[in-house]
Amino acid sequence: MPSLDRRRFLWGTTAVGTAALLAGCTSNESANTAPNAVAGGSGQNTQPGKQVTIGFSAPAADHGWMAAMTKNAKAQADEFSDVTFKATEGTNDVNQQIGQVETLINDKVDVLVVLPFDGKALTEVGRQAMDAGIPVINLDRVFDTPLAYRLWIGGDNYRMGVNAGEYIASQLKAKNITNPIIGEVAGIDSLPLTQERSKGFSDALAKAGFAVGPRVSASFTSESGEQQTANLLQSAPKLDALWNHDDDQGIGVMAAIDSAGRKEFVMVGGAGSRNMMDLIKADSGVVKATVLYSPSMASSAIALARLLGQTKGIGDMAEHDIPASITTYSAVVTKENVDQYLDVGFDS
Amino acid sequence: MTEARVLDPKSAAPQEPPQQRRNLDLRLTGLLGVLVVLCVVGYATRPDSFLTEANISTMLRLAAAIGVVSVGMTFVIISGGIDLSVGSIVALSGVWMTTVATQSYGPVVMVLCALLVGLGCGLVNGVLISYGKIVPFIATLAMYASAKGLAERLSGRRTQVVTETGFSTFFRGDILGVPVLIWMLAAVFAVGWVLLNRTTFGRRTFAVGGNAEAARLAGIDVRRHTALVYGIAGLCCGIAALMVVARTTSGASTNGMFYELDAIAAVVIGGTLLSGGRGSLIGTLIGVLIFTVVGNIFTQNNLDTDIQNIAKGVIIIAAVLLQRTTARRRGTRAT
Repeated sequence: MPSLDRRRFLWGTTAVGTAALLAGCTSNESANTAPNAVAGGSGQNTQPGKQVTIGFSAPAADHGWMAAMTKNAKAQADEFSDVTFKATEGTNDVNQQIGQVETLINDKVDVLVVLPFDGKALTEVGRQAMDAGIPVINLDRVFDTPLAYRLWIGGDNYRMGVNAGEYIASQLKAKNITNPIIGEVAGIDSLPLTQERSKGFSDALAKAGFAVGPRVSASFTSESGEQQTANLLQSAPKLDALWNHDDDQGIGVMAAIDSAGRKEFVMVGGAGSRNMMDLIKADSGVVKATVLYSPSMASSAIALARLLGQTKGIGDMAEHDIPASITTYSAVVTKENVDQYLDVGFDS
Repeated sequence: MTEARVLDPKSAAPQEPPQQRRNLDLRLTGLLGVLVVLCVVGYATRPDSFLTEANISTMLRLAAAIGVVSVGMTFVIISGGIDLSVGSIVALSGVWMTTVATQSYGPVVMVLCALLVGLGCGLVNGVLISYGKIVPFIATLAMYASAKGLAERLSGRRTQVVTETGFSTFFRGDILGVPVLIWMLAAVFAVGWVLLNRTTFGRRTFAVGGNAEAARLAGIDVRRHTALVYGIAGLCCGIAALMVVARTTSGASTNGMFYELDAIAAVVIGGTLLSGGRGSLIGTLIGVLIFTVVGNIFTQNNLDTDIQNIAKGVIIIAAVLLQRTTARRRGTRAT
């Protein structure tokens, strides 16, 4: 059947043509221009010392904060001439991450920095590394037992909620609002980190005699943030304050606020993206602050891993050794101090 | 009583037996009943805000993207297929149109990219299924995985913010006081309805889904038709991607997550047979609205969102059971 052959040919050329046309329409050129956060550091510890090989394993860089963690770690390692940095491909499959950490152990790296996708699931392999004599720095999501790490460094989810709550309470008190409606856009509710953030938030509000009003949970994506916030704004015709747990989902949250044309309330973000810091600085909309959960902790982890490898302590501390645990502080970034924090703002 | 099988592509109108029509109408009435009951519940719990113009507009805008995807899915399922790749196609189309270079060419190029990527993916699905003889489940599963992978690669797994203000201004705006997104949903639905119920193409879709071999014997080019049906579904995904990008002001590889399941759920509770050959776009639209209203009621009353998913499941089962019992009471079989 000649007509069928011709049709086949047409289909084929259409497909090829479409593909070619589409290929012309895009590029994966990156727009990232913001600086990577690098630990400040001064004094004698910055002098080159013994060569240290640092192994690094983290989940997939699938949103801004996680991408910044990996980027910061690499940027920090590049700062040191005495550090060899071995990073594995980020993965959200715990089974694969265990395999990657095992590979790094087999490679006999001097120090391991592990940000587990799931702290519980990676605990055993952390122990395995420690048993093999490799000190492990557990970044952010905590292992089940201190036997699996030499040092834990991470953020303070509860404090993040507390600081957001206290900032909102102080703002409302300053305006003499007695019975405020305070909304909350949480992240994934099943995660302990979300529960801690929410607990800190409601505890701090309770101290001021306030309570959380409408609350929704999104899933850290801008699409979920937009959907949940659009509904929340409808349910509350008037809001006095709103806390959004995560600046990555904040892009969607802001889009929803924008579409609804709402500006009667004070909004506080979470984590500290560059985007939110720019909005705080501009001070032209509802965003007045964000509480940090800064990916600069990844830079610190690498700096500390180097010191661990060189058996040095932290300058300005009387201890001979690096401490066993370090919790970063969730500073409240406002218009007044935003310039000081722009360097740790990450691209969402 | 057997299912409606329209075999004559030249007939002027769908030749459903009267009893069959009545069954469909009954099912739609039942569904509409469910929607009305939900609205009553919404109004009873939040009389101050539920039925306000602003809330209705919010609900319709929330329903817009999934509604458009469901229109395409209805065509696919009526033709006897299934499309598991719609969510990934939404993600890929959205990411493609928001990656940096695309945006620098302006809003028209962005829109064309989204539509062409969607259509292209859909046609690839269709060609694999009809000419490659790969079952729809497998072909679209492959597209689900590869489109998602490509979207992740293009975006670097990062949220790509829209910098092109012309795009945002238009798609986030209103025309005659009604949001552009709602116009788009209405337009896609209207075009889909006419195509399905008033054209030869629509009758052929029913025929192919009812009995592909009989349709072939009746002179329908079943393969070409099937490819086009998946192309329509893909094009709908491209349109939905425009809507999601407009709403969130960004494109991300996580967009459209679970749209395939939401769309299939809406199509099924809308009374379309998963085995093909029978269905209705109005039912699908009501199905989408039912889920949207449920979500809105939960948020309006500050209820736990986990329970919302359980409620969704209960509604799917209840709607299907209800359709079956109403039909049975009339002494007919509805599957």
